[in-house]
Amino acid sequence: MDFNENFILGCSAIGAGLAVIAGIGPGVGQGIAAGHAAAAVGRNPGAQPKVMQTMLLGQAVAETTGLYGLLVAILLMFVKPLLP
Amino acid sequence: MGHGILLSGSAVDFNVHGVFQYSFFGHPVWITTTHISILIVMLLLTAFAIAANRCMAKASEVPGGFQNVVEMIVEKLGGMVEGTMGQAAPRFQNYIGTLFIFILISNISGLLGLRPPTADYGVTLPLAIITFSMIHFNKWKYQKPLTVWTDLCSPLPPWLPIWMPINIVSAVAVPISLSLRLFANVLSGTAMMALLYGLLGWFATAWPAALHVYFDLFSGAIQTYVFCMLTMTYISNEIGDGTRR
Repeated sequence: MDFNENFILGCSAIGAGLAVIAGIGPGVGQGIAAGHAAAAVGRNPGAQPKVMQTMLLGQAVAETTGLYGLLVAILLMFVKPLLP
Repeated sequence: MGHGILLSGSAVDFNVHGVFQYSFFGHPVWITTTHISILIVMLLLTAFAIAANRCMAKASEVPGGFQNVVEMIVEKLGGMVEGTMGQAAPRFQNYIGTLFIFILISNISGLLGLRPPTADYGVTLPLAIITFSMIHFNKWKYQKPLTVWTDLCSPLPPWLPIWMPINIVSAVAVPISLSLRLFANVLSGTAMMALLYGLLGWFATAWPAALHVYFDLFSGAIQTYVFCMLTMTYISNEIGDGTRR
């Protein structure tokens, strides 16, 4: 199998694009977390700092999977591991 | 710009560069931009620490000016550790405070024109390995070996260690996910700003400051907080109620 370098670069770019689709999951998850936090603050405005803290922590942890996708995309685009 | 970023790679640049090379017992070792920016961050922190020390040496009853700032930083960091770790807090305040200040200044050093040191996996992985060692040191310090073994076989009874490999994998995944989270967040900010400045050229004047506020200040502060918070949570989980075995 002997592929042209440009072909491999193009496929890497498509792969990078597909990899960042992983961002959908964390986006939905963070939205749900923020929505529930807003509801919690609405019910108990006094607990706002604590709710905010918990929300940010949970969102940052949920973000990890999306960041893995981003990492794969960046590796494909700039480190180019597939080139011979 | 005609080739696009994939082929040319010259317009967009956010990689680590070697500054000079030396030989370490026959191995070629590079001093990179990460070392330089870490040194600058360290110099800043050391200068601040010396100034704070000078200031606190002749501290007055009623604080004013710089003394106020120093006291506020120490109080806020102490309060954060206190709120998460409870009675174990005094022994960890120094480490967590140092960690917090170092990661924070590293993350926002993009504002000073440096490449953030935390956008290099070689910086975040050691930080996470320190956390990992602290977790397991405190685990063996505060729990009986039998409890450690029972935890390791956790959903199943201790005489049936089928689930143990899975638990070991999840223990090893802790430092990896901790370090990758910090690294990928800072790297994504750096990459985004590099793409912006590299591809837009002269058009990217003044208004990217708003993006710097998000990518450097907000994201950096959140990730610093998350790293310290997770470190404290993991350690205080192992300590439990704080009775030595």
